Amino acid sequence: MYWICSGHQKRCSISWCHAHHCPNTAVIRIESLKKHYKSVEALKGINLRIGPGELFAYLGPNGSGKTTTIRILTGLARATSGDAYLHGYHIERESLQAKRQCGLVPQTLNLDHELTVFENMDIHGRLFHMDRRQRVRRIEELLEYVEIADRRDSPVKTLSGGLKRRVMVARALMHDPRILFLDEPTVGLDPTIRRRIWSLIKRIQQQGATIFLTTHYIEEAEFLAERVAFLHEGSIVAVDSPQTLMSRMGSWALDEVVNGEMETRYFQTREEANAHIEGQQGSFSLRRVNLEDVFIATTGKRVQQ
Amino acid sequence: MRGCFAIYYREILILRKKLTRQIASMAVAPLLYILAFGFGMGKDVEIGGRSYLEFLIPGLVAMNSMTQAFAIASEINIARFYWRIFEEFQAAPIRNRAYVTGEIMAGITRALLSVVVILVIGAVFGIILSYNLLFWLAVILNGFLFSSLAVCLAMVVKSHADQALLTNFVITPMAFLGGTFFPVDRMPDWVQALLQFLPLTHAANSIRGASFGQPTDPGSYLLLAGIGLVLFVAAFFCVNRAKE
Repeated sequence: MYWICSGHQKRCSISWCHAHHCPNTAVIRIESLKKHYKSVEALKGINLRIGPGELFAYLGPNGSGKTTTIRILTGLARATSGDAYLHGYHIERESLQAKRQCGLVPQTLNLDHELTVFENMDIHGRLFHMDRRQRVRRIEELLEYVEIADRRDSPVKTLSGGLKRRVMVARALMHDPRILFLDEPTVGLDPTIRRRIWSLIKRIQQQGATIFLTTHYIEEAEFLAERVAFLHEGSIVAVDSPQTLMSRMGSWALDEVVNGEMETRYFQTREEANAHIEGQQGSFSLRRVNLEDVFIATTGKRVQQ
Repeated sequence: MRGCFAIYYREILILRKKLTRQIASMAVAPLLYILAFGFGMGKDVEIGGRSYLEFLIPGLVAMNSMTQAFAIASEINIARFYWRIFEEFQAAPIRNRAYVTGEIMAGITRALLSVVVILVIGAVFGIILSYNLLFWLAVILNGFLFSSLAVCLAMVVKSHADQALLTNFVITPMAFLGGTFFPVDRMPDWVQALLQFLPLTHAANSIRGASFGQPTDPGSYLLLAGIGLVLFVAAFFCVNRAKE
């Protein structure tokens, strides 16, 4: 069966090719990417393809290599070996073109605290060679978009953590990037602010951007991502949609404390789980299967350590 | 080159935000040197037929333009290690040379500003010399050289502490030995020979010569420009090295 790949307007023999997952239309292409820090192997040969408009989550515990991958893709770090392409541009050989394709919201706040929100965004626009009229128009648009237009002339140091995070997202969108890298975008934020950032991310994706998100929050990946990659000790151990990954385990998880240790059994239906409990004594807790279960089953470790 | 103006614009914006503080800090050290050395120690001293204060002001111009140009290293380090703004520059589609040029332009601007502060202080104490084209050329070359050195070192160090260490080893000795406070030709021959290797000796000689309306040594200008150019090119590679 042949499909017409919308990105390259050519025939593709892969049956599931419909722009999103077609290798020919991969917006982010990573091939055998490795990174060593002296004797530490931070990335052990990553391979990944992410399609246009996809919201892709990179899930793993701290130190698994999530930030390292983003730093390499955005030009902040150099790969020890391997290749990566953003919209077809090689990140090292065509670094300037590759950088124009992407916006980055790093994990640590990196705003100029002495400057105002407007000035921070204006400098970003200048760095991406936007002219004055473009910059002013875009800043006004984006501040409305992230709902902080009233703080346009406030010094960044006067903003709360959630507002700073929104400024960082707005700043990353200044040059209208096709790919947005979000490195732990909600880390350290309270649940209400986190939800607001999530809806902002969803809205950005609906505008057509490809989003590459790293997180160690299970619910964040489940809520936002169309596909998830599990990263464990520098290697990708599973990639698929959250639903597919979770369905491999079953639909229901039954937690039981046995000799002080938590044991979890998985069932396709609630009835099966209830039938298992019947006649048994102990402390049980029945819940929906989540990505954490899949991660533990795959790696033997928890995501949130 | 638009990237270089973006970098320069950011540095100037920061400088503008704390201009009063900056000017005050630029004035403190020269003011103390003028009071302590100019009026205290050198009140009755004459050097080459001029008062010690007249001798001191061009020396302070050389020293302060050096320290202020070099001070961008601290600004870069704060942006790099503390605020992490450097990552914003690394992720932007600008070349290393644009980044380096922007920072060096900011360093030269700070040097020029500090010189204006000293000249105003000098004028308040009744010292007005000849601030001609050769005077400003020497100041700019001095600023160019030391801000290029600042970018190189700021990219090589791993922390603020390393930066302070380098300042102590590189800048402080030069400030005192480079002909700022005393004429180099009064030193023993072997010391004089050694001091000729310090760029500040050439900057101080050129600035002092120009401000006294005396002929200056074109070799000193060429040397400052040459070393500055080498450090400027070296800074491109150092920025590349700063990438993990």
